[in-house]
Amino acid sequence: MAMTGVLRPGHAQVRVLDLEESVRFYRDVLGLVETGRDAQGRVYFKCWDERDHHSYVIRESDRAGIDFLGFRVLDKANLDRLEAGLKAYGIATERIPAGEMLETGERVRFTLPSGHAIELYAEKTKVGNGIPLINPAPWSLQREHGIGPVRLDHALLYGPNVAEVQKIFTEVLGFYLVERVLTPDGNANAAIWLSCGQKVHDIAFAEYPEPGKLHHCSFLMESWEQVLRAGDIMSMNTVPVDIGPTRHGVTRGCTIYAWDPSGNRFETFFGGHLPYPDYETMTWTFDNFGQGLDYPQRKLHETFLTVVS
Amino acid sequence: MQHTVTIEDTGERYACAGEESLLAAMARLGRRGIPVGCRGGGCGVCKVEILSGEFGSRAMSRDHVDDADRAAGRLLACRVYPASDMSLKVVGKLQKSVCGAVRPVSSVTPPVTR
Ligand code: FES
Repeated sequence: MAMTGVLRPGHAQVRVLDLEESVRFYRDVLGLVETGRDAQGRVYFKCWDERDHHSYVIRESDRAGIDFLGFRVLDKANLDRLEAGLKAYGIATERIPAGEMLETGERVRFTLPSGHAIELYAEKTKVGNGIPLINPAPWSLQREHGIGPVRLDHALLYGPNVAEVQKIFTEVLGFYLVERVLTPDGNANAAIWLSCGQKVHDIAFAEYPEPGKLHHCSFLMESWEQVLRAGDIMSMNTVPVDIGPTRHGVTRGCTIYAWDPSGNRFETFFGGHLPYPDYETMTWTFDNFGQGLDYPQRKLHETFLTVVS
Repeated sequence: MQHTVTIEDTGERYACAGEESLLAAMARLGRRGIPVGCRGGGCGVCKVEILSGEFGSRAMSRDHVDDADRAAGRLLACRVYPASDMSLKVVGKLQKSVCGAVRPVSSVTPPVTR
């Protein structure tokens, strides 16, 4: 098997200002499946086609933003190996006991030089997608509720020290750099897109002075038509839309950016090219960032650079 | 019910219904650069300082509005709903775009015709 280390982003925990308003939004408008609530008051969701217990967790707080992003790794041996690698690299790690998060095994947590908390874990209860594993139907009725994305796809995080972050992901965690946007002087990267498999990105970062900021969590749709339908549902529910529907030059993905009721941006995303680890990185110069963001309109929307939570 | 909101920096006035946020109504001025961000009290781009008037508000992120801000009436316009006529000043990112586009009324000099 080719993928033996980090497999995918497996959960994001996001802070919301009003829990029940946000539950209604994520469950009924975005169409996630609510899978549990814990003693801390966190509410757990998954996308309909995901098999693990949860991929998106919200918690009420007096500030918006992201608490942490967790990556699923293949097994416990790989969890130990990756943690040893982080320590050898000089990054402090912390073990969070199994069960601290519902239906989830032990997690290894560390903080990136960009200020973001990242987790690795090897175990989470497989609750299934409601479709039997024997002679499965292509979808279930859970898909037909709200926007109905198939999975948590990636996140874009804003913070300082992106060059250092890139080294940690590529040298320690086994990711590779798929695309990048250069800074105006061309000497560094303003933004990077990293993959741990064959997705066009599993995580992305952009250089930003304030640490630990969330730009967006992205949810995968099955088609461009489903992205347009997501836009219809957003408008029917007066969800504030940022950009789109359009197509990114970077990744070639189709997109809508919009905001949840607490000002956390999310994306409904479809497509993107399929890179391999041996592919050369694609580079965008800063003067082409507009095309990278919004290829048809060739427009570097100001909110993309300045609005984060 | 419609209320009148005055932007003291520029002297502009706009109508805002009680169920509409100060930011949503301000955005209808159609001025380029009014930073309509997340509209959920999370990003902080729409900060204003309320000088007078009654209003209701919804939750907003402490990253952008701390206790001192709250005491001084510095709030996020996307989360403030007028209950009377109001006047406000724009601050932060909002100030640059609102005041960058139009000079304060007091400094506008009549055009010179030749
Ligand atoms: S627009 Fe984001 S806080 Fe008001």
